[in-house]
Amino acid sequence: MIKLFRSTGLAFTAAVLAAVLVSGAALAQQKVLKFIPQADLRILDPIATTAYITRNHGYMVYDTLFAMDAKFQVKPQMVDKWELSKDRLTYTFTLRDGLKFHDGQPVRSADCIASIDRWAKRDALGQKLAEATESWSAVNDKTFKLKLKKPFPLTLEALGKPSSNVPFIMPERVAKTDAFKNIEDATGSGPFKMVKEEWVPGSKVVYVKNTDYVPRKEPPSWASGGKVVKVDRVEWIYIPDSATAAAALNAGEADIWEQLPPDLIPVLAKNKDITVKNIDLLGSMGMIRFNFLQPPFNNQKMRQALLYMVNQQDYVIGIAGDPKNGYPCLSYFTCGTPLSSEIGAEPMKGKRDVEKAKQLVKEAGYKGEKIVIIDATDQPIVHAQSLLTLEMLKKIGLNAEIQAGDWGTLITRRAVKEPVEKGGWSIFHTWLVGPDMVNPAVNFPIRGTGEKAWFGWPTDPKMEELREAWFNAPDAASSKKAADAVQKEAFEFVPIIPTGRFILPTAYRSNISGLIIAPINLLWNVEKK
Amino acid sequence: MFAYVVRRLGATIVVMAVVAFVVFSLLYLTPGDPAAILAGDAATDDDILRIRAKLGLDEPFFVRFGGWVWALLHGDLGTSIFTNLPVAHLIGQRIEPTVALTVCTLLISVAVAVPLGVIAAAKVGTWVDRAVMAFSVLGFSVPVFVLAYVLIGTFSISLDWLPVQGYRPLREGVWEWFRHMVLPSTVLGIEYIALIARITRASILDVLAQDYVRTAQAKGLSSRAVLLGHALKNAAVPIVTIIGIGIALLIGGAIVTETVFAIPGVGRLTVDAILRRDYPIIQGVILIFSGAYVLINLAVDLSYMYFDPRIRY
Repeated sequence: MIKLFRSTGLAFTAAVLAAVLVSGAALAQQKVLKFIPQADLRILDPIATTAYITRNHGYMVYDTLFAMDAKFQVKPQMVDKWELSKDRLTYTFTLRDGLKFHDGQPVRSADCIASIDRWAKRDALGQKLAEATESWSAVNDKTFKLKLKKPFPLTLEALGKPSSNVPFIMPERVAKTDAFKNIEDATGSGPFKMVKEEWVPGSKVVYVKNTDYVPRKEPPSWASGGKVVKVDRVEWIYIPDSATAAAALNAGEADIWEQLPPDLIPVLAKNKDITVKNIDLLGSMGMIRFNFLQPPFNNQKMRQALLYMVNQQDYVIGIAGDPKNGYPCLSYFTCGTPLSSEIGAEPMKGKRDVEKAKQLVKEAGYKGEKIVIIDATDQPIVHAQSLLTLEMLKKIGLNAEIQAGDWGTLITRRAVKEPVEKGGWSIFHTWLVGPDMVNPAVNFPIRGTGEKAWFGWPTDPKMEELREAWFNAPDAASSKKAADAVQKEAFEFVPIIPTGRFILPTAYRSNISGLIIAPINLLWNVEKK
Repeated sequence: MFAYVVRRLGATIVVMAVVAFVVFSLLYLTPGDPAAILAGDAATDDDILRIRAKLGLDEPFFVRFGGWVWALLHGDLGTSIFTNLPVAHLIGQRIEPTVALTVCTLLISVAVAVPLGVIAAAKVGTWVDRAVMAFSVLGFSVPVFVLAYVLIGTFSISLDWLPVQGYRPLREGVWEWFRHMVLPSTVLGIEYIALIARITRASILDVLAQDYVRTAQAKGLSSRAVLLGHALKNAAVPIVTIIGIGIALLIGGAIVTETVFAIPGVGRLTVDAILRRDYPIIQGVILIFSGAYVLINLAVDLSYMYFDPRIRY
């Protein structure tokens, strides 16, 4: 009996060991890249949400007709060649050979048209393109036309938009989903395929190399160029605790951490096997947003007063922790991009002028109305800005307080148009990545369309005229001139106050190379030795 | 006993019905809008209104509650607002890590705490007793995440013996599963060792003061025989009660431990769902675990019959 027990036990142990060794060996032959993303992926639909994590997922599994490179030029991506008619009203696009979806079906014109149509229902630049569009039509499966009602110089910029919402191309059957309903099917034609069976929302997302993907021959530059995948499998491992994420990277359980919190930079920098680097050179822009329907910030002078008070360096240090990871940016367009300038920014330059601010407050007729800053303590960037703004408001004698909650509470409360006594608000803070503030089209916070505008609901007809003029600018020089006029109006009307540009660095282990310097974390071209 | 069990099971249904109504009502009244979170930061009022309509979130309370209950009666816990995955599937994904963590933690806790409590009771008033009680106080006092960081720093980073984070399912190998369970179970177990050791000590001291124990000692039985043969079994009822409560609490979510060790368990699922206002998940999890709590309590109550033959239902 004992012998039987022993032999059974030995056989069981041997079987377990064999299973472990075999499975380990199979995985060991694969190159698996372990990536700690900035957030957990819950929504798979990059059209239904502007969430950056979903956009990043989109870049893994989808492709785009055009894409922007590091010089802000829009290049063909899925498109092989394109033509514009002499009257500038008809674009003809021809797709590259060999484009296939993950289910093996070829990418057709109908897929592209349906995808653009769905994207245009949600995206502001897409909506402008749609306004100018007479029709989309398929000539054949590889060639399709866009017929415009009037010339729209930003057509290719729209189709190559780098950040949310990106005009990703999906199968027609998926793209026909209502634009206000999430898709569930992650089939795309991009360089990676999502392994949906292994998706554990809030914990892990798995992608494998799309072996049918035909990359372009050009070197990669931002989202354009050749998307050559050099690993077999990518695992996004969401680790909610920053200290644990740092420990995982230190221990080699992860290869790349997308965004470090500033206080952990020195911890990881000490490890010679880890590189901490700013790969997003555009950075992100913080901002103060006002409620334009309620006092006191329905008064332009009150908003202008704060221009003389905001010290962007303070905000940058508050958010990024280290002056090296942030820069003042006295522009409504992302610094370092073609349309940015300091035109109109005089109130924000130089030493902060408390007396001037107080004078403007007096001229505004401020009577001590309560100012409520709605804060989200679970969002460090928002929370840091809230604390700094509160201190600034108190310095000029304003009756301000913070009402804190979580992000979910903030974005619900900011939809309330009532006075603060009835649950309304006066100020909230947020931030956008650099590509989302590069021009008047994508920079939605500056829009002055009143009730149809973003939360805060500013009404600024002059801004809308200037934006329209920018849309119609026929060339780069007039585009810059029109953008300068938009910025000048923005510093006058003050739809938001930019609080500076900050960069959240990326950390990766020494056996990793090929990370693309871009404002989005792109995982093609990455090698793991 | 059969009638007792049937009565308790019937009561379970009533309890779950009340929980369902209360949870649904609380979520309805809680500030927060999943449509706004879903739409993203750049969304406008119109976008959010349309999404809310698509999700049926603008319907009256009783229409939504009725729809949910109707689906429940057909075995459908609903679908996550964000992931579009069935709630049952999401809970199913998370249940193994939670059960594994619960079982490991309790095995470690009981294996260590009961002997500690017995020893403390046997050596009451001595330095041994005081050491056990001091350890117990420390176990309650040290925050879980502090202990977790210390153990990670020591065993994962410095010694490289154990992994920092994550969970490996059993099907990927027993050894890897075990390695990933050691630190989280230990961290979580310290608190339960402290609790169970104190209860064990107090319960045994209470039994040792009884007349029948004095009789057993007078008859010449050794201390060991008295402790293990007579006292422990008679002290078992409160110990088993606290273990049962521990199981229920652990299943509900060792949230801090799951967060620090990045274990995809039910606790994190629930907290993430609350932050996102993913109502179907919150409702589904709370409903299932209210039922589980009631059943665990029933099992604990029935176990009393084994430890105390006087108890009969």
